[in-house]
Parts: sequence; structure tokens; C-alpha cells
Amino acid sequence: MTDWPILSVVTFIPLVTVLFVLPIRDDTETGRRNIRNVTLLGTVFTFVLSLFIWAGFDATDPAFQMVENVEMAGSGFSYAMGVDGISVLFVILTTFLMPFCILASWKSVDHRVRDYMVAFLILETMMIGVFCALDIVLFYVFFEAGLIPMFIIIGVWGGKRRVYASFKFFLYTLLGSVLMLLAIMAMYWDAGTTNIAELMQHQFPASMQTWLWLAFFASFAVKMPMWPVHTWLPDAHVEAPTAGSVILAGILLKLGGYGFLRFSLPMFPLASADFQPFVFTLSVVAIIYTSLVALMQEDIKKLIAYSSVAHMGYVTMGIFAANVQGVQGAIFQMISHGLVSGALFLCVGVVYDRLHPREIAAYGGLVNNMPKYAVAFMVFTMANVGLPGTSGFVGEFLTLIGAFRANTWVALFATTGVILSAAYALWLYRRVIFGALEKENLKAMLDLSRREKAILYPLIALVLFFGVYPAPLLDATAASVDALVNQYSASLQAAQQLAQGAQ
Amino acid sequence: MTAELLNTSLQLSVPELILAVGAMVLLMIGVFSGERSVTIVSGLAVALLIMSGLWLVLFTGEGAAYNGAFLSDPFARFMKVLALIGSIVAMVMSVGHARAERIDKFEYPVLLVIATLGMMLMISANDMIALYLGLELQSLALYVVAAINRDSVRSTEAGLKYFVLGALSSGMLLYGASLVYGYTGYTGFDEIAQALSGGERPLGLVFGLVFLLTGIAFKISAVPFHMWTPDVYEGAPTPVTAFFSAAPKIAAMAIFIRLVSSAFDPIKVDWQQIVVFLSVASMALGAFAAIGQRNIKRLMAYSSIGHMGYALVGLAAGTQAGVRGVIIYMLIYMVMTLGTFACILAMRRKEEGNVENIDELAGLSSTNPFMATMLTILMFSLAGIPPLAGFFGKYVVFAAAIQAELYWLAVIGVLASVVGAYYYLRIIKIMWFDDPAPQFAPVAGELKLVYGLSGLFILAYVLVASPLGTAADVAAGTFF
Repeated sequence: MTDWPILSVVTFIPLVTVLFVLPIRDDTETGRRNIRNVTLLGTVFTFVLSLFIWAGFDATDPAFQMVENVEMAGSGFSYAMGVDGISVLFVILTTFLMPFCILASWKSVDHRVRDYMVAFLILETMMIGVFCALDIVLFYVFFEAGLIPMFIIIGVWGGKRRVYASFKFFLYTLLGSVLMLLAIMAMYWDAGTTNIAELMQHQFPASMQTWLWLAFFASFAVKMPMWPVHTWLPDAHVEAPTAGSVILAGILLKLGGYGFLRFSLPMFPLASADFQPFVFTLSVVAIIYTSLVALMQEDIKKLIAYSSVAHMGYVTMGIFAANVQGVQGAIFQMISHGLVSGALFLCVGVVYDRLHPREIAAYGGLVNNMPKYAVAFMVFTMANVGLPGTSGFVGEFLTLIGAFRANTWVALFATTGVILSAAYALWLYRRVIFGALEKENLKAMLDLSRREKAILYPLIALVLFFGVYPAPLLDATAASVDALVNQYSASLQAAQQLAQGAQ
Repeated sequence: MTAELLNTSLQLSVPELILAVGAMVLLMIGVFSGERSVTIVSGLAVALLIMSGLWLVLFTGEGAAYNGAFLSDPFARFMKVLALIGSIVAMVMSVGHARAERIDKFEYPVLLVIATLGMMLMISANDMIALYLGLELQSLALYVVAAINRDSVRSTEAGLKYFVLGALSSGMLLYGASLVYGYTGYTGFDEIAQALSGGERPLGLVFGLVFLLTGIAFKISAVPFHMWTPDVYEGAPTPVTAFFSAAPKIAAMAIFIRLVSSAFDPIKVDWQQIVVFLSVASMALGAFAAIGQRNIKRLMAYSSIGHMGYALVGLAAGTQAGVRGVIIYMLIYMVMTLGTFACILAMRRKEEGNVENIDELAGLSSTNPFMATMLTILMFSLAGIPPLAGFFGKYVVFAAAIQAELYWLAVIGVLASVVGAYYYLRIIKIMWFDDPAPQFAPVAGELKLVYGLSGLFILAYVLVASPLGTAADVAAGTFF
């Protein structure tokens, strides 16, 4: 074990990097190159350090590890950090994806490079902080603070309707979150603490759980996003720059799922059980409906955005199945989706950098002059579909098993989503990659550059590796998930016995 | 009053005496050396305020003075320090702008000192009469200040409007005070509380309470007594508006807190519903009415109405956590508003002078990145986004409301804050997303200092939240 506050160090290194980036002027080519290099170095360094978290993490221990706690008397909260099996992988995922985002913006962002990099670095600190926070107010602070850089990223470097998209993104998520803030306060007054570990031990009264659950649901459902509050996502995805979409799909969407696992399930088990059919319904609708919507999209990024909503449907379904397979599968699905959808947006970015339209119809026949790109895109498309052998399969399969154990009908309907996802993903692939190479401007496009290979190949390797050997991820989460599921069913049983005793 | 008692009374009110005597001296200097003395009088006025503040922090003890009409307790000292800081910063900011705004008259700094004196009396008041004296001293000075640019129609109109409505509200306050006196037989807050503790509360007393609170609600510009705010904010010269928006609000909120938490504590149920109404109405109006504003001073007026609503959420709770919340909220609000007005003062071009339309900020992030960043931080903070100070301000007041089980108030409040976030975001959007407008003239050093420091405070508040929270706790403990 390390004796230095590794979580805080990893969380705040990107912020320290900001201090190095800020003094560099970005009005010369050299300056811009320096900014990119420093940022890349900072994010890679963060990633390497975060591997120490994974290395030092004891997968057999379900409790929080590497805990730091600084009391802040008088402020109403404390600075507490720690990871368990549920959060540790998300920390790694965040630090892992960031260097790719910086690389993806290497050429495509050429105005206000410094501001762009600063925004990304701040965003990284906030995202790592969310997963490490062990104080519920601290969690909220990180959770909301991420909105600020993302708002700027979408609004300054986004597409044509960037202003609309950035406002919608910001206000939508803020609206969901403020209700959670009130719930956090109510929890504080009821339990007398803001420490997450202690809150998990606290039994909230059943009537209060319902309201608290709803307030948290308002926030996480928007963040997730679940049908019918998903409408901000396609807009934000379409207008955000490539790296922004990657972070949005890869990390920010996971905050919702993480929140359900960290708060809703362990802290409000009775309400979670009551609302299980409700969540199942929304999940199934999301899986089927948004898959159908994705089929009809003309815009590549929008299609991937809708497919994200559908995949998040599996995650919510798995979480609220509340058995080991469902929850494990949900976590795995989130990690896998982080890699796959991130990679898909990077793939879109590759052609978008060369040729600016995002309409599917503007492409076709790319396999002829971009064979390497075609292969990479194919791997990620298959992973998105959930083909066995890719990481996408493991997560979907586990969540479906979990749902099957909880409710057969839900599993039945959800499984149709697998077919639908194959339909839209393969059709997209056909229209972009195959067919005749007729359009003049497409013919001049070159295959992947060295930088793009460096971005996409490691992701291909990981997607295939976790597809055939998911054990490293599942082992890391197993102990904590077991503890979570046991605690959940224990409190349900206790409540049942109490109800029977009262009769 | 024996000599000994007088002696303690004088000792406790030295900061006020410094200001009172100092203001007279400054007036003399001004009168005898004419208009040339503006610079020296301004400098001396700032020195006077600083001296008073230092004396307050270092040498003033605690206790009651003048037969209990004047209190020096932790709460009073905390709020006085805030009010003094607000006055000092506003005065420093206006010095450089005095000439351009045609307010470079020696009376201006003297009037601000007198207004500050009024605020300090008000904060310490523990008696209806002392309260009224402080309030009027402050208001009369401010009426003149609002109209100090005599050649401007807008400024004169603002001053007149402020005067007429202000006189009306003072009248109501006085009427309320006399009703309370009539039904309890006392003017001292402690005695009133004692008289009410029997549980009896005649209808006439409730009327008196309503009139009293109306008068004070006018001063903090809570809805429905807010009508003057947008016009006065817009019409008065910008440095004056900056002054209006910070220190007087602190003082009025302080007396609001003291009045309800000490004199009317026994009839909490009665004033609580009034405060809840004021709070809800202010939050809602502040959020919705600001959306259509293009003039940044008017926008800030509605914003301040909304913020008073949030501060009142804490007061509505009627608990120590609530009062503590209001104190912290006012502290953060003052810093945010002073920083924002420093930015507004910096919105000037060589040929046009000061500009006030929010579109003039277009593309500020590329023409003046430092100012844009600071203003962005301030705007996000006003919107209540963590990790900035504005969030923690909202956090403490809403937490108090939740504790007091005022759930609907809290829900309405946070929803209003989402609506409010829209117009703050719009300013950020103009600065970052839009194409640059012509550059502003180079920003004066003191303005840079003010918005830089307040931006830094907002950003780093989370680091000082603990000691400030403890201090506010002690201040709020005065009443509980």
C-alpha cells in the first residue's frame, strides 16, 4: 500500500497541469504545439499514476480503500476520498480516455488551443473527483462542476447549433441535479453525516426513501440518460467537438449509472425495490424505442448518440435487477461502452477531420481507399452490436441474465434490442464503408495517419481483449458487488420481516 | 446615565464615532478648499472607513450601550465588518470613475461615509428608535448619492424615485414601530420580546409587524417592494449602483435578522409566513424578469432581487443554521456583486464612455481573457454552480430550509435557480461564443484588483469555508 494520498494526487494532477499550460501563449504555431505536448504529457502522467491505484487495489476487500479524510468543521462537509470495486475502474477509464481525447483534438482544434486544453484538464479533475469522492457533498460538487468546462467546450468549439446544444445540456442536467441536492441535505439532517460509507450503514425511514430515491433518480436519469429525458444527448453529441463527444459518451454518461450504484441501490433499497418495475419499463422502452430511432438517423453522430441511450438502457436494467450478474454486467457494460462509443466517435472524427459533413449520405465506399479505417470501424461496430468476442457482448449478456432472473418478460423485450442494434449499426456500416466510391471528394481521402493509428489500435486491442478475457474487470468489481447485492437483499428481507411481524 | 456608563457606551461605539466625527471633518476640508479637494477627501474617506474597521476588529469589545439601544455583539461585529468592506471596495472603485461619471464632488465620499455610519448604527440597533435613526441616516445620504449626477435626467429620476418610494417605506416602518409600541409598550427589542413571550399577540401587533417588515423588505428590495430597484440601478451612476448593491443590503438584512430573531422571536409563526412569501416571490421574479433584460445594470438589479430571495430562505427557517446561512450568503453575495460591478465599470470605451448593453461583452474572452475569466467565474457563482462560492451560499440556506421542513420553499428555490442560471449563462455565452465586439479601453488597476480578488475568493472559497463557517456560526449564535 502507498502511504501518500494517491487519489488526491491523481485527481488534481490535471489541475496542476493547467498551471503549466496557462502561461504558454497560443498565438504561434510553436506555442500551440507546446500546449498540446504539455497537456498530453499531463494526461499520460495522470494515467500512469492511476495505474498505481489499480495495482494497490485489493480486489478481495469490498470496503473503501486508500481512504483520505480531512474534516472541514463549520463547512458542512468533509474532504473524503476513497475507491471500492465499483468506482476504481471508472477512475482508470477516465484517465485512460483523456490522452486519446487530447490526441484526437491535435489537428482539428486550431483556434484557442490553450482554452480548449485547460477546459479538458479541468473536466478531467472533476470526473476523477466524482468517482473518488467519499463525501456526498463533495460528490455533488465534482458532479456539477463538470458542467462548466463541458458547457464551454460545446459552446466554443462545437458545430453550427452549438449555443442551443450547450444551453440544453447545461440546463437539463442542472434541473435534474438540484433536486438531488435537496435530497442530499435531507439525508444529512436525517443521518447526521455526509460521509458516504456512513450513509450506507444508515437506515432511512421507508417513507423518506421514496422521496429521496425520486430526487436522485431525477438527476441520474437525466445524466444517464434514460428515456424520456434523453433528448439533450443527441444535440450535445452532434454539436460537441469529437473529443467532447468521446468524454460525454465515455465518462459523463457513466456518472448516472455510477450514481445509481453508489446511492440509490445501497442507500434506498426499499424504494429501489418498489421502483424496480418502473425502471425496467423505462429501460425496455429506451432499448427498443431509441434503437428504432437510431435506425432512421441521417447523421452519424446522432445515430451513435441514440445507440448510447439504448445501451444505457441495458445498464439501468442490470443495475435494478439487483443481482450479482445484473450489477456486474452493468458495470462491465459501462466500461465497455466507454471504450466502444468513445472509439466510434473517434472514428467519426477521423472522417470528419478530412471532410466536414456528418451526414451518412455524404459517405460511401470508404473501404476502397481507407482499408485500415474500415477494419477499425468494423471492430467497433461489432462491439457496439455486442458480437461475442468483443467486450460489448459480455456486458449485454450479463445484464440480460440478471434481468432474466429478475423478470423474464423484461429480458425478452430487452433481447430484441440486440437485434435492432445489429440492424442500425450494420446498416450504418454498409452505407459509410461499402458501396461504390463515387463521390469525388471522398476519393482523395487518405487512410489512417500515424496519430490516428495510435488512437484507434490500442482501443481495438482492449475491446477484443476484454471480449475474450473479461476476468480482470469482473474480478476487480466482484467483492464490492457481492457486498452491495447482499446488503440490498438483507435490508429487503428485514423490511419484509418487519411487515410480517406487524400483521 | 452615570459617567461610567457613558464611558462604556462611548467605548463600544468608537467605530461609529470615528465615522461621524471624520465625516464632519471631511466636510470642513471640502467646504474650505472647494472642488479641488475631491482627491484628498476621497482618500481620507477610505482611510476613515479602514480605521473604523480596524478599531472594530481590534479594540471593540462586546456589550450593550446607551441603555441597551445599541448592541455590540458577535453578529453586529461580523455584519459591520462586511458592510465596511463593501463600502471601502465600492468607494475605491468609484474614485477612478468619478470624473467620467461627473460625480467628482467632494460631497460624494462624505455622503458615502455618512451612509456607512447609518448602516453601522442600523446593524447595532436594539431599539426601534435607534433602528429608525440608522435607517434614515443611511437612506437620506443614499437619496442624494443616487441623484448626484445633477445634469443627467436618468440619474435625477432615479434619485427622485428612490426618495419617494423610500420615504413611503420609512413611513410604513415608522407606523409599524408605533403600532408595536402601542401594543407592547416598549421600543427596545429585548423588552418587546419579553412582552410577547406570554403568548398573547393582539391583531394590531401583527399589523405593526407587517408594516415593519414591509419597510425593511423595501430596503433589501424583496418582492413585492422591489419596484424601485431596476430603475435606480439603471439610472444611478454605475459606481453608485455598485455601492447600493452591496453594503446597504448587508445592513438591511442584518436588521431584518435581528428584528425577527430577537424582538419577534416569540411570534415566529407570524413572521415566518411573511418571510416565506417574500422569499418565494423574490426568487421567482428575480429569475423570470431578468431573462428579458439587455442592460447589464438592470439585469443585476433583478439578479439582486433574486439573491435576496435566496438569503431569505435561510431566515424563513428561523433556526441558528438558517441565520448562519443568511450571514454566509450575504458575505458571498457581497463579494460576487462587487466583483461583477468592477467588471461592469470596466466596460468602457474611449469614445463612448461606459457601455451597459450585455452585447458589448461579445467575444470578451479573446479581447480581454483575464476579465472574461473572472466575470465567467462570477456568473457561474451567481448561478450557484459548484465548486464556486455561490453554490455554498445556496447550500447553507437551503440546508437550513430542509432542516426546518420547509420542503416546498426549497424546491421552488432550486427550480428558480435553474431558471436564473439561464441568464447568467447567456452572459457567459456572449463572452465566449460570440464574435468579438470592439475592445474596451484599458482597465484601471483598482478594478482589476477588485474583480481579480473577488474571482479568487469565489474560486478558493471551498478552502476557507471552514473558518468562515465557524465565524458565521458564532455570529448566528448571538440569537440562540
